[in-house]
Amino acid sequence: MMPKQDVIPEQTAVSWPIVMSVSMAGMRRRFSRAMITMVGVVLAIAFLCYMLLNETFVQSMIAEGSDDLNILLQNANVDILSGGGTDQMTVLLIGLTLLTSLVGIINAMLMAVTERVREIGTLKCLGATDQFVVRTYFVESAVQGVCGSALGMVLGLVVSMVVNLKTYGWFALKTFPAGGVVVALLVSLGAGAVLSVVAAIIPAYMAARKQPVEALRVEE
Amino acid sequence: MSETEYLKDAEEREEDIVIRAIDVKRHYHGMDGNVTKALDGISLDVLRGEYLSIMGPSGSGKSTLFNMIGGIDSPTEGMVFIDEIDVAQLDSYELAWLRCHKIGYIFQSYNILPVLTALENVTLPMVFAGNSPNEAREKGMAILETVGLGDRALHRPFEMSGGQQQRVAVGRAIANDPVIILADEPTANLDVHTGEEIIELLNKLRDERGITIISATHDMKMLDVSTRILWIRDGKVQRLEERKNLNIEIGRIESE
Ligand SMILES: Nc1ncnc2c1ncn2[C@@H]1O[C@H](COP(=O)(O)OP(=O)(O)OP(=O)(O)O)[C@@H](O)[C@H]1O
Ligand SMILES: [Mg+2]
Repeated sequence: MMPKQDVIPEQTAVSWPIVMSVSMAGMRRRFSRAMITMVGVVLAIAFLCYMLLNETFVQSMIAEGSDDLNILLQNANVDILSGGGTDQMTVLLIGLTLLTSLVGIINAMLMAVTERVREIGTLKCLGATDQFVVRTYFVESAVQGVCGSALGMVLGLVVSMVVNLKTYGWFALKTFPAGGVVVALLVSLGAGAVLSVVAAIIPAYMAARKQPVEALRVEE
Repeated sequence: MSETEYLKDAEEREEDIVIRAIDVKRHYHGMDGNVTKALDGISLDVLRGEYLSIMGPSGSGKSTLFNMIGGIDSPTEGMVFIDEIDVAQLDSYELAWLRCHKIGYIFQSYNILPVLTALENVTLPMVFAGNSPNEAREKGMAILETVGLGDRALHRPFEMSGGQQQRVAVGRAIANDPVIILADEPTANLDVHTGEEIIELLNKLRDERGITIISATHDMKMLDVSTRILWIRDGKVQRLEERKNLNIEIGRIESE
């Protein structure tokens, strides 16, 4: 009387552009929240970028080997013999800054999940798969991370240029380490992107686990 | 389809069962070890194309029953078949497919996605179903016309009244031509007039498209358009009656 239907197709995956547009719509609506999360990334990446750039600048100037420049370097407390390498404390500081910003993004994303429980439930009632929910959270985090990193990168570059020009004058331009600068910028951008994607793992997993029943929860 | 046409004969009915619940129980285990029997053994056949209203006092288990027959929660005991599919056998991707293609949900608090426009809300289920954005947009516009919001396609929820939001929700519910619409107190947050419009809209969809409507309600107007009415109390079926057998005046049913 009740013939069992054997074949139920699997819900098709939603394409990335659609995931993107849903994520972006969400971020546009919660723009100020996204901005605050991004500021954390901007500062951390600016700091990282600034330190990386300074190191390439200094190394390139030491390699120049000019006496005038060496005096300037000594005045700036650079240890010429050790090659101007960044000391351990600085590395630790950079690490801590990145970690803080990681925790910041995780926190913001977790709040976004809690805030949107009913929304996630509704999406699932409409036929969203776990995969779709996971993807929207990764996209949201990644977009914030990449935009934040790009801004941080620019900020780091500007500050570094200003400081180096002020300290070393035209030497900073004469010995401008173009290759090193590009590498430093890319490393900063990459670090920010990785940071934001890693930060999204737990929140996205939590979001995907929310049940469609949550859609019926009456909010107070 | 008229009432008499599809209620005429029991055998025909048997083939036209769209939801079958068999001895469904749902128990919630509280922190302190006590158990709430939200549903305590409900068996129910819902017929294709009918308008079933579910009544009962607050806490009687209406919403819980909806969760069970809508494939959005699983029973502690018992079985649920939706369009001949045993819901318990499905994995999460198949459940997503079922919710997407077979069922349209309408909520008391609308649940329109606040970040999306009216049109995007209506097209989202079609996108989940794998339709191309262009197809979805075209069909979405037609649906918005159907629910009387043709000129509001690009409005966002906060620019719309409750009644308009609920119309968007109705449009979203029919996006993938579902077999069933589940509406949990769809008019509870609306004024009488707006509520009536929503009920008329649902009834029109049942008439024109043969969609089965199941609705929890306290709304007497809604009982009037129903083909059958189910009363539940303490998680059990108290009474199941065809509308045409209720010759009582609408005002008096309420006092039962
Ligand atoms: N998630 C839950 N955890 C524990 N108990 C629950 C849960 N959901 C519902 N219940 C209990 O199950 C019973 C039935 O609840 P349900 O929401 O189905 O009632 P209802 O008939 O929809 O009521 P209303 O008319 O107020 O919406 C209630 O006693 C409720 O407290
Ligand atoms: Mg309820």
